[in-house]
Amino acid sequence: MSMPFYVAPEQIMKDRADYARKGIARGRALVAIQYDAGIAIVAENPSNTLRKVSEIYDRIAFAGVGKYNEFDQLRVAGVRAADLKGYQYSRADVDARSLANQYAQILGQTFTHEMKPLEVEILVAEIGVDAAHDQLFHILYDGTVLDEKRFSVLGGDAEAIAGRLTPDLSSTPDLALAIKVANRALSGPERNLVADDLEVAVLRRNGARRAFVRLDDAEVERLLAN
Amino acid sequence: MAMPFFAPGDNPGASFLDLLRRTGVEPFAAGEVGRVNVPHATTCVALRFGSGVVMAGDRRATSGNLISHRSMEKVVEADRFSGVAIAGAAGPAMEMIKLFQLQLEHYEKVEGMMLSLEGKANQLSMLVRGNLPAAMQGMVVVPIFAGFDTATGTGRLWDYDPTGGRYEEKEYVATGSGSLHAGTVVKVGWRSDLDEDGAVRLAVKALWEAADADSATGGPDALRGIYPVTATITSNGWARVDDARLASIVEELLAEQRARNGGGQR
Repeated sequence: MSMPFYVAPEQIMKDRADYARKGIARGRALVAIQYDAGIAIVAENPSNTLRKVSEIYDRIAFAGVGKYNEFDQLRVAGVRAADLKGYQYSRADVDARSLANQYAQILGQTFTHEMKPLEVEILVAEIGVDAAHDQLFHILYDGTVLDEKRFSVLGGDAEAIAGRLTPDLSSTPDLALAIKVANRALSGPERNLVADDLEVAVLRRNGARRAFVRLDDAEVERLLAN
Repeated sequence: MAMPFFAPGDNPGASFLDLLRRTGVEPFAAGEVGRVNVPHATTCVALRFGSGVVMAGDRRATSGNLISHRSMEKVVEADRFSGVAIAGAAGPAMEMIKLFQLQLEHYEKVEGMMLSLEGKANQLSMLVRGNLPAAMQGMVVVPIFAGFDTATGTGRLWDYDPTGGRYEEKEYVATGSGSLHAGTVVKVGWRSDLDEDGAVRLAVKALWEAADADSATGGPDALRGIYPVTATITSNGWARVDDARLASIVEELLAEQRARNGGGQR
């Protein structure tokens, strides 16, 4: 009987993490920014049909970067979990924290037990009754959950993007400024992204039951222009 | 509650009902032998006008000869461009509305786009059929469905039978114990050139006449400020007609009645 070569657990984890990080870095990044009436999520996404940002529940949005089929599967699982919980209990009982924890379980489980980790980073955002109760949960490929404030950056080159974002966000911006700042940070010094390259959606704190609204290219263009 | 994950070939897709069953929740009552006496909800109408549809329903629920609820909402928004109105056993009817709303929203979120209006009507058909075992025990639920078809730019409406049979109508539909009276009033008053205001008035009048002749249908209750739930669905989506406007329409109806009686009392 042949024995498999011994590989140290540290090495296995490191290899898996490198593999996941490489996969995520190949895709394009996205940012979420808290603005004066909600949360804006801006993704670099040339496709108008394969979405990175979508609605999970009344006040909860989902965003993913990395491998599309993998984060889309997580998105659908989130919609199912939220709708089931809302049906069996009440709509008020569906919350981002619980979803984030469930996502973290799945990502962590896959990272340690499966051949291949999921090459994704996801964001679960929820708007509260006021800005102080807004939540941004950033979940990494290994199940690490980060509870972030004011803004969140997902994807390859996240540090550089966050670096460009921070000086522009000294106070809470309005929607137009949030999108401009996000666009500048995603573009970087050498490129100039236009409305067509961006996918923008917001969670709007305006009293409507379903807070999630997609902004079309014309609207984004208008907001970037003024 | 665990997050539901399924293998690719074994996936409930965008169906919320299938998802419920797969997670061990049966949404419909099982067909046990026997009958129960439950509150019933009554008359609803829907009619087409130039730019959309109007739906209206009275507010009464009855248990035998008793009024069990005075301010029920039997006409509800199914999603932005459609509404559903329900007559029959109140409990299963309300549950059916809840499931239907959830199904439409669930589909929209999972698939990233709304169902077609025809698709929504078909979904409701399946819910009515699912209720058939309960209907056999007296818990019949008969909805009407109306909406604005964004693909064709017109209002459309359907009525159903207790087996889930679905019939699209061109002018109006009515359901419930007072549907014969309400339907007749709409039938006589309906014209192809009705505008929104005319359609709303006609719907309110139809319910008023139904309440006048059917004890299970509630009339407008000025004392408590309860008026029929009335809503329009056009290219701008679902819009509820506010109570102040309904109160003035009812006031005009009363004046019309008094004039009909020659101003005297009977």
